[in-house]
Parts: sequence; C-alpha cells; structure tokens
Amino acid sequence: MVLLTMMAALTVAIVVQRNLFAVVVLAGIYSFLMATVLVALDAVDVAMTEASVGAGISTVLLLAALHLTRGDEVKPMRRPMLPLAVATVVGAALVYGTLGLPAFSDPQAPIHTHVVPRYLAESLKETGVPNVVTSVLASYRGYDTLGETTVVFTAGAGVIALLRRRRREEPGK
Amino acid sequence: MRRDLVLRVVAKLLIPFVLLFALYVQFHGDFGPGGGFQAGVIIAAAVIFYAIVFGLPATRRLVPDWIVESMVSAGVLVYGGVGVAGLLLGGNYLDYFVLAHDPVHGQERGIFWVEAGVAITVSGVMMTIFYMFAGRRREPDEA
Repeated sequence: MVLLTMMAALTVAIVVQRNLFAVVVLAGIYSFLMATVLVALDAVDVAMTEASVGAGISTVLLLAALHLTRGDEVKPMRRPMLPLAVATVVGAALVYGTLGLPAFSDPQAPIHTHVVPRYLAESLKETGVPNVVTSVLASYRGYDTLGETTVVFTAGAGVIALLRRRRREEPGK
Repeated sequence: MRRDLVLRVVAKLLIPFVLLFALYVQFHGDFGPGGGFQAGVIIAAAVIFYAIVFGLPATRRLVPDWIVESMVSAGVLVYGGVGVAGLLLGGNYLDYFVLAHDPVHGQERGIFWVEAGVAITVSGVMMTIFYMFAGRRREPDEA
C-alpha cells in the first residue's frame, strides 16, 4: 500500500514536471518501486526483469535520446481536452473491468485451475528444471518466447534501419 | 568522464563482476530467478557502462558493430535452430524431448540453448540501440 501510494505520487510528479531529465530519473525510480511491488507479490523473475530493463537500460537509453533533443517539454499549443476525455473514459472502463476479476490470490480463479496445477506438479519430472517460471517460459510456452525474441529482434532491426542510414549520409554532406 | 580516475578504476573493477553476474543469472536461471532475457540485459548494461566511462569509440573498438549486429540475428537463429533440430531428429518444431537420449535431458538441453538464444539477441539489440543513439551527433542548431 505504501509502495502504491508512492507510485501514485511519482506519477503525478512525472506529469507535472517539465524538465525531461527529471522525468527520466523519476521514471527510473517508478520502475524500481514497481520491481519492489513485484518482489512483494513473490514474482521474483518479473521483478528482476523490471529492475534491469525498466530501471536500468531504459533510463540509460532515454538519457541517450535526451542528449539528442532539448531538455524541456514544449508547452502544448491547445488545451488537450479531447485526449483528456478519451483517457478518462478508457481509465473508467478499465476500472469497471477489474470489478469482474476474481479476488486476489483466489485459488478457484480460472487461471489457477486450467493448466497451472499440471505445470506445478509435473514440471520437475518432465523438464528437470526446478524453476517453474523457466520451464514454462522456455519449454511449455516455447512458441511464445520465440515470438518475443523475434519481436526484440525486429526492434533492433528497425533501429538499425532507421538510424544507420543517417550516419552513412553524414560524411557525404 | 574519460579523465576521472576514480570512475575508471571502479569501472574496471566492477565490469568483470557484472559480466560474471550475468553468466550466473543465465546459467542459474534453471534454479533461481533469472534467465536469458535478464542475463542479456545485464551483459548489455556492462558494455554500456564501459561506453559511458571510457567513451563510445573505445567501446566500438572493443565490441565492434559487426559483432553486435550479428548477435541481433544470431540469437533468433539459435532459437529457431533448436526448433529445426527437433524437427530433424523426428519430433515436432521446438519439441525438446528428442534432443538427447532421454526426454528429461533433452528438455534441459533444449531450454539451455533457447535461453542462450534469447540472451544473445537481447544483449545484441540493447547494445545496438545504445550504439545508434549515442553515435549520433546533436543537430547543429541545437548544440
């Protein structure tokens, strides 16, 4: 609860803050708080990813991008009333949607009764890997992870395609 | 930051341990938290740390662009190759049971190579993005 309150306060600070350097640092702190929340939920693997990717690499990449642009957010030309309305409606719809979810850590929730018991009971026997997260990720759901890896690959290929051509043109200028 | 003695010494001391920790996260992912994705990010973080302290040109000499860019695709190829190896040995695509003499060892071997592929691609992509962003100059009118 304390963590979530701090995260809410940070979100407000990020929205109010106009200096982008401060925004990047605050976003890093937000990611670390998120990682702490995930540790509190016993999702250590996800927390580790959040801490290393969200707080570590993204902060550095955003700082590198910030180096190429100006450090302050530009004042918007018009008052963003329509986006505000859309965001409010979508947020309200999402909150309404959470009302239909099963209670937190309810053992009868559909997600806990479908394939999870089999994974938990058979994973060690079938794969010889004690960490169920790893065996689900790499073996039972291997196709999904292949897709994820391809997404990461596509991101890298896109960055190369967009930014490398520019560099080659420079010496010819 | 290239002239800061404390930073240089601390960076040289820390980077081997960061890389060692990445390997630990990679290979201990079967038993504790971690795996290919996290290990790849930590490897990239070590290289980016080196780049921040010693400068981008020195890093590009140490880890040249062609290595980084081939890592991006090599990881996906390793992952897909595990699937094809399963096909060639008579199983389904990404079926690890056929990779060794008994199913459990096959699973372990498959998971090992799949995680290695994920780590290679992720660290390659992270380093590529950093190289591309950090390698660009500011536009002249903003400098």
